[in-house]
Amino acid sequence: MVDMTIPEEQVVTGTIEDAIDKLKQRFPKDVSDDDRQGYSGVIISSDKLQEAARYIKDELGFDYLSNATAVDYLGEGVHSEDHLEMVYHAFRTTGGSALVFKAQTDRTNATLPSVTPVWRGADFQEREAYDLMGIKFEGHPNLQRILLWEGFNGYPLRKDWKEAYYEEDHKPFGSRWPAGHVHRAEEKSVFGKNVNYPADIDLSRLNDVSESTMYKAFGMGVDTEHVVDHNGVQTDQLIVNMGPHHPSTHGVFRMIMEIDGETVTKLEPVMGYLHRNHEKIGERNTFLHNIPFTDRLDYISSMGNNHGYVMAVEQLLALGAKYNPPTYRAEVIRVLMVELTRIVNHLWAIGFWLNDLGAFFTPVLYFVQERERILDFFEATAGSRMMCNYMRFGGVFADIPERIHSVSNLINDRVRDFDTMKFLTEMINERIPRSIDEVDEYLTQNDIVQARGMGVGYLSRENAIDYSAAGPVLRGSGVAYDVRKSDPYSIYPELDFDMVVETEGDMYARYLVRLGEMRESLRILKQLLPRLEYTHGESVTENNSAYSSKVPIGEAYGRVENGKGELGFYVVSAGDKRAAANPWRYHVRAPSFINLTPLGLMSTGGKVADVVAILGSIDIVLGETDR
Amino acid sequence: MELNLQELNKTEYPIPVELQSNVAITSLSSVYNWGRRNSMWPMLFGLACCAIEMIATATSRFDFSRFGMEVMRATPRQSDLMIVSGTVTKKMVVPIVRLYNQMPEPKYVLAMGACASGGGPFKEGYNVVSGIDKYLPVDVYVPGCPPTPQALLYGLIALQKKIDGQSLSVADDVPWYGVGPSEPAPVPILGPDIIDPRQMDMIRRQAEAAANVKTEEPVYHLNAVRELPALDAEQAVAVAARPKASTAVDESIEMKSFSQAGMSADAIEALRVKRRENALQRKAARLAKEG
Ligand code: SF4
Repeated sequence: MVDMTIPEEQVVTGTIEDAIDKLKQRFPKDVSDDDRQGYSGVIISSDKLQEAARYIKDELGFDYLSNATAVDYLGEGVHSEDHLEMVYHAFRTTGGSALVFKAQTDRTNATLPSVTPVWRGADFQEREAYDLMGIKFEGHPNLQRILLWEGFNGYPLRKDWKEAYYEEDHKPFGSRWPAGHVHRAEEKSVFGKNVNYPADIDLSRLNDVSESTMYKAFGMGVDTEHVVDHNGVQTDQLIVNMGPHHPSTHGVFRMIMEIDGETVTKLEPVMGYLHRNHEKIGERNTFLHNIPFTDRLDYISSMGNNHGYVMAVEQLLALGAKYNPPTYRAEVIRVLMVELTRIVNHLWAIGFWLNDLGAFFTPVLYFVQERERILDFFEATAGSRMMCNYMRFGGVFADIPERIHSVSNLINDRVRDFDTMKFLTEMINERIPRSIDEVDEYLTQNDIVQARGMGVGYLSRENAIDYSAAGPVLRGSGVAYDVRKSDPYSIYPELDFDMVVETEGDMYARYLVRLGEMRESLRILKQLLPRLEYTHGESVTENNSAYSSKVPIGEAYGRVENGKGELGFYVVSAGDKRAAANPWRYHVRAPSFINLTPLGLMSTGGKVADVVAILGSIDIVLGETDR
Repeated sequence: MELNLQELNKTEYPIPVELQSNVAITSLSSVYNWGRRNSMWPMLFGLACCAIEMIATATSRFDFSRFGMEVMRATPRQSDLMIVSGTVTKKMVVPIVRLYNQMPEPKYVLAMGACASGGGPFKEGYNVVSGIDKYLPVDVYVPGCPPTPQALLYGLIALQKKIDGQSLSVADDVPWYGVGPSEPAPVPILGPDIIDPRQMDMIRRQAEAAANVKTEEPVYHLNAVRELPALDAEQAVAVAARPKASTAVDESIEMKSFSQAGMSADAIEALRVKRRENALQRKAARLAKEG
């Protein structure tokens, strides 16, 4: 099952420091250390960015561009004069930590060279930076808005852009009940809605250009004259629009396809239908406020999201004096929660992929049974089934309970009163293994699953890396890259588990990866049970002051291997007095979003009927895709 | 005339022996509502996190097929109920309104969760609509973030109760009978920000005001603001003490389309109020009778 052979190309190794030295030698005038307090990496002058990027990839071996995002440095309390900055995190697929490099541009005429020709994975991320921050990328193949619509007024993530319901720069806001009079945001707007029009709006010339410009930018249009000849059978080229309301698009996702007969000749994903302005809200929130918001990113795996975010902020906290890292028991509980979440996520992913293959909801019904068990445990521990809001900086919010009671009057359920450890032991040793074996038995050798899964939705090893795919998509294409192994965190180094890698790069390989990962998660969980026993009674947090923590100045990139792939949080804490409890920048590197970059590539040449299944095999969740 | 019960048994369809020679009396509304309430087909349509709990509600542990709701239809043409399960964004509200317009009447909307009811945790976001009721009429709100499956079931039962209370003879209860097809909800436009066609005038006036006199604060008619509970106790008492306006209603006016010529706006309003009161009285009487 595990094929870890590394292709023949030369493997570049060496520390990050070495790499930075080499980079500085190669570009002595254009690369300088980022010596701002709490920052790391290098700043590359913008005219050499593309060249340096190619050097970083080809010569230094950082073949995987994990994250690319923009930050708006404006006004007082921040480190230098006003500018926009692109931040890139590049990794080696052989493992190790990030090479961070940055490029700066001024705010009025923000332009930078695109790195998409170097790493295709930058495609959507640069479009996002263009959409939300207004940076133009020269050389980008298709620079247009991605989350908002064409025609939207302004670049909302810029610090001087204010939303219609703007109250104050930072939370906590002032009273909503001043002098006993409650008011709501709606009442402040003359329209009673969350809208804000430019003063010079001209309604006479108003037309909705969002659709037409999009089709044009994709180079799609219906040419009724154009007929394709297939050995005498003449077919029209068609444009088919799927979504955002489509029963199988896994949420409000949309695809525009150009098809020739049954064959897809071009596919463009369209998103933003669930763009809930996570990052703008996150920058108004305090650091602590953001934990429940991360629950709502990938809402299938809220525990995993919590983990990534608290790890990023803990990196920042560790720069200061008054902070204790999580206790051992807290780490054990975190990993317990995260691995259970991974099982939930993979069950859900396989179930919905089977929906797409035509096994409509029957497998899902069985998988959801196990999910409900796990959710019961989450509910008893964190108080909520889905949105757990469980982890805190330096620990978790509460220990796991001694017993699991019926917290709500569950219909259709016996009154519960279990010993938690017994419940967990039974679940981990019997129930879940049994149902994973069932999945394996009924599906792995199933003719339909094999016929539709094998060879469909192919993504080669090179492309998987180039397009910054993550998680099962990356490992299904033969890349042995799992953040838990490649850049270990928490207590993973001491746990015994394997990375699951398949080399075929098709839908079936991704299915096998998910199946294998559930078994590996079980292996981890089994090792956690004794650890839970002997740490019993230990504290789960040492930081009572974590609620009002002042986060030191600096930047941090925390990443975890979530069910869907590498989930990263890029957090910047600015130095001014007010903002020390608020992130200056809060960016989510969403695996669901970036994994969609190669969707067009995987679907082109395939049949229309497979497109939805390919989407299912990537496993996206829209809360994270659109944020 | 004497009623020969035996005659009633001679129908084209066989009547079971134990039911023969019986006469049962009910109202058309009850039979009709019984049928409708037990076959509310929701649209297979998920928006965000709440949709996951909606799916959980459909699975075996909670199982909303017990309420006749398991047939989730992917097409609006076959659905009776739109469960708005999640955050409504400005980009998404356009298709949602279109979908709603494509649903055949009678149709209902259930706002599931904090987001669909009022914007929820993401309310302040620049791309978020603060509640689907800004664009569509909502029948049931289910609070929660996300509501548990039990809460959603409770909301669905509340909807069934609402349907039970509707009478075919009251135009206000079931506007789709008697007055012809209702107007489609206006589809919003994506301009520099989202534009509700119903507010075009306001937007124009605001633009004019901004272009003309900068100093003078323009006065707006806040028609889109939902009423809040009275803020001021004194004011509330005053409103309560106000004598009810006596309205002379011409009872001879039959159920007609309100838009028919010859009725002044006041008369239409008075008639509407009268009908509403009648309906409420009947409802109260029925409830009293049922104990
Ligand atoms: S109410 Fe909460 S759970 Fe539901 S869509 Fe909104 S954020 Fe998600």
